[in-house]
Amino acid sequence: MKSNIYVYIFVMALATWFMRVAASLVMKKPITNRFFQSFLYYVPYVTLAVMTFPAIIDATQSPLAGAAALIVGITAAWFGAGLFQVASFCCLTVLVLELFLC
Amino acid sequence: MRMRHNKEIFINGYRHGIPIGLGYFAVAFSLGIAAREYGFSAAQGFLASLVTYASAGQYMGFALYATNATLIELIILTFIINARYILMGFALNQRMPEGTPLRTRLLVSSCITDEIFGITIARPGVPTPFYTFGALIAAVPLWALGTALGISMGNILPARVVSALSVALFGMFIAVIVPPSRKDRAIGIAVLTSFAFSYAFANLPLVSELSEGNRTIILTIAISALFAALMPRTNKDISTDAADSGDGGAK
Repeated sequence: MKSNIYVYIFVMALATWFMRVAASLVMKKPITNRFFQSFLYYVPYVTLAVMTFPAIIDATQSPLAGAAALIVGITAAWFGAGLFQVASFCCLTVLVLELFLC
Repeated sequence: MRMRHNKEIFINGYRHGIPIGLGYFAVAFSLGIAAREYGFSAAQGFLASLVTYASAGQYMGFALYATNATLIELIILTFIINARYILMGFALNQRMPEGTPLRTRLLVSSCITDEIFGITIARPGVPTPFYTFGALIAAVPLWALGTALGISMGNILPARVVSALSVALFGMFIAVIVPPSRKDRAIGIAVLTSFAFSYAFANLPLVSELSEGNRTIILTIAISALFAALMPRTNKDISTDAADSGDGGAK
């Protein structure tokens, strides 16, 4: 039987929220274990890197445009461009390149 | 004075949330196009995005609804696909000193999305709910609006524009990971390693059949553990971290 769609949405939201707060429920102070500290130090960068590549190449109509956006984004961020600037550069790169590629 | 300080932090978070929201808008639009296929009305999609605000998790949730999955299946799969949020929660809590009230921890963690986590962790100092809620309030309505518009008029934008907008989110990820990579060589190497393994996992037989969410969590744990073992933080690094988190995030 199909669940009521609103019950379904509510359960999805609650389950997602629980993942967000799970650590807060068990952690009372910073962990002092060296390995765990180092592990958590790397987690954010590794997660975002894994999610960026190769996904950026699959996101665009032409994989080449996605790859170019990645390179442009890395270069811009390396030389100090901010969040919005880097995102804009990436979008523009794809927009311009796909005029020729697609 | 304290209240005024918090208001400034909130506005700061709100400002940083706007580019994230614009990126979300584009991604939500394509989520909306899928949601329409799965039988969601614009209002239902808007509501789902407003309360869930999780990209991959929502996409999967919508698909499950269409296949008449049970609520138990929905819960288990939502846990699995969003498991990275647990790690992000640990990383944020790690920055909060002992004695931080539970409600503060819960409020900060409740704002976790990939991007809001990214800008919160990139910001020096103790994570504060004023910052994370500022970002959340800027970004999530655009996420919900994008979903609703994708459902109601998914075919109005040219494919070229959707394609260009779809990299906005990745641009933001890049803006979060590159500056620290430049500052700390260990992070830079970890990022490059992540790119390499992520590419391999997306293409190798067997592992490429895992969902993207599962590949993310497996690779995050494996690569972070590898670097924690090979290039651990020294006492000096850790005391620098402590000094960073002592300024109350005034920047």
